[in-house]
Amino acid sequence: MQLPPALHARLAGAPGAAAPLPVQRDSLAGNAPFRFAARQVRFPREHEFFEDGDVQRHLYLQDVITQVAAEPERPRVPEFTCQVAGCCQAFDTLEDYEHHYHTLHGNVCSSCKRAFPSGHLLDTHIQEWHDSLFQILAERQDMYQCLVEGCTEKFRTSRDRKEHLVTHHLYPADFRFDKPRKGRRPASQVSTEAIGEDRAPSEGDAMEVCSEQAEAHSEPPRERRVYSHRIPSTVCFGQGASRGFKSTKKRSKRQ
Amino acid sequence: MWSGRRGLLRSSGCGVEELRCRRREREAALRKARREQQLVSKRLLRDEATEEAEGGCVVVILGEAEIQEFLRLAQRGTEEKERERALVSLRRGLQHPETQQTFIRLEGSIRTLVGLLTSNQALLQLEAARCLHELSHSEQSAVAEACLPATSYLLTYLSGHSSDFIELCLYTLGNLIVESEAVRRQLLPQGIVPALAACIQLGPGLYSPPAHTATVTAWPKAEPWGSCGVCLVPSLHHLQVNNALLITQGALTTLGLLLLDLAAAVQRTEDAGLELVCGQLVCPVVRCLSNLLTEAAAETVGGPMQLRDERVLAALFILLQFFLHKQPSLLPEGLWLLNNLTANSPSFCTSLISLDLIEPLLHLLSVSNVVSVLVLTVLCNVAEKGPAYCQHLWPGLLLPTLLDTLALSDTEVVGQSLELLQLLFLYQPGAAQAFLQQSGLQALQRHEEVAQLQDRVHALQQTALHG
Repeated sequence: MQLPPALHARLAGAPGAAAPLPVQRDSLAGNAPFRFAARQVRFPREHEFFEDGDVQRHLYLQDVITQVAAEPERPRVPEFTCQVAGCCQAFDTLEDYEHHYHTLHGNVCSSCKRAFPSGHLLDTHIQEWHDSLFQILAERQDMYQCLVEGCTEKFRTSRDRKEHLVTHHLYPADFRFDKPRKGRRPASQVSTEAIGEDRAPSEGDAMEVCSEQAEAHSEPPRERRVYSHRIPSTVCFGQGASRGFKSTKKRSKRQ
Repeated sequence: MWSGRRGLLRSSGCGVEELRCRRREREAALRKARREQQLVSKRLLRDEATEEAEGGCVVVILGEAEIQEFLRLAQRGTEEKERERALVSLRRGLQHPETQQTFIRLEGSIRTLVGLLTSNQALLQLEAARCLHELSHSEQSAVAEACLPATSYLLTYLSGHSSDFIELCLYTLGNLIVESEAVRRQLLPQGIVPALAACIQLGPGLYSPPAHTATVTAWPKAEPWGSCGVCLVPSLHHLQVNNALLITQGALTTLGLLLLDLAAAVQRTEDAGLELVCGQLVCPVVRCLSNLLTEAAAETVGGPMQLRDERVLAALFILLQFFLHKQPSLLPEGLWLLNNLTANSPSFCTSLISLDLIEPLLHLLSVSNVVSVLVLTVLCNVAEKGPAYCQHLWPGLLLPTLLDTLALSDTEVVGQSLELLQLLFLYQPGAAQAFLQQSGLQALQRHEEVAQLQDRVHALQQTALHG
């Protein structure tokens, strides 16, 4: 099959299409004994039309894939430490270091040192926490962007956004990366209070995202206080350490 | 990881004939499995690999108390190594279905695991993800559903930069999707399609952390295309739940753009591995796109969700041509997509003409009967839109090609040719004449006695002779 040379250029060109030619049908078209009618066709998953493609795919998979989470046969190297200033984590496999690096030193906010799982969340954080222009604009228009990649909805408040995340995108109400900033503290200060999840920047909830200052979140009082001091301060599983499986007292509805 | 696996492609001293024979056997087994509805990507992956990897490893079944202890240590242990080891032990136990069952029934267990998954301790995160991955292998949908609280996080991590971790999340998601309808219903609104598309568009330039000069010699290669491909395949195949939702999420555009990316990628790469992967990716994208087009929401003419970019046609043809011999199963599926694109769209039919794609289409007519029927159907889609369209079909190869197909014996192929002829006779002045002059009547004659064809043959003969 020879393709016209201009086709490759078209692929690289701008989106769009030429104006369609005028459609003009004759009522005799497709009349008996003829039966053609232009129509779209849908094939269910199991249809035999897909058999060849499925078989080819499985041959490919069999050739190429092994169990991803098998015992890591990763080469061990002599132990080395992370070179980032202030971090002295040690590793003996490259994969572990790579993950550590990306998780903790990757998308880091230069203002408050929090780390985020993606550039997208980092950008959102910076905008909502450290950009005073954002606060000003937010008084007049919908500025809080939905966190789901691909969704372009914006909201007036972070509470509205959370509502949207939960009802429209079926996100958990306690989604880790959408927690409001507490109180009216200026952006540069970080709360280290017992209330709320805010901690010293270099540890704990390194992956917070956003929110507005005015909202005082009506969350239940921190149950952390009930715990012993043995919980390392670097540990945080969402809203305080209250989610541990042993804490039968603070039962939440979900699993 | 990826480069390690590719090593399996190299034969270990087998003769070529032996390899071919083995492949034929495997193919036959797969066909049989599919017909018996036993073909599930996940299961195959696991079974194939387990024999190799596990070897003499005995999987321990963990009881409730042990699971609780491991979770407690992971969550509260004072020493990091201790916490990691606890999770590793848990993971090993979770390879066994009984442990999986015990685990999900334990109150708070998933919650703890999700907490560890989202902690700021990278290595705990990794191990927690591996535990989830083990759970995702289960063939019990209850276990898959128990993992629902984790999906939003797994999706979030897909936009990260740690390639192995992303791969792990992808596999886990892929497994969960295959196993449970409830998971599929949740993943769609959670935005899995754009997340997967974003993964692929990362391209081969994933950022790597700086090398530690003293001890690091080589960084593992990042191959997002590879891992994404493998995981996207089962995902897209099964994302046929609530298609209206997919459409409102702009899936048509996303999938269209993906097709463009894939076409661009095969054009510029010389990497055979990448080509293979692209080929694997094209298939589910084509299938998903094609089925989505049949949804009512997609039909709203002029509506915001409609696909209207003619570059999609360009991409499709480039991909079909590229994989014509390397992955022949793509051709009929691609033509099916072409049918769905053109059936109700004057715009795409016009683009087919303006991009000069009619002739390449005609060249496909000799490939196989299935392909021929599809090609003729697409041509009919164009022709039925009236004289303005037939005008552009007319001069050139169309008539001689049609006469050639009339010489074939497959009833469906011939039948579709007859349909096309009727449209041409109707809309294109001079078509009937030219047909007669090229011995069209003789070509029709051989089908006069065929039951499914005779009425149409007769009608065409009449039209040709008497107008």
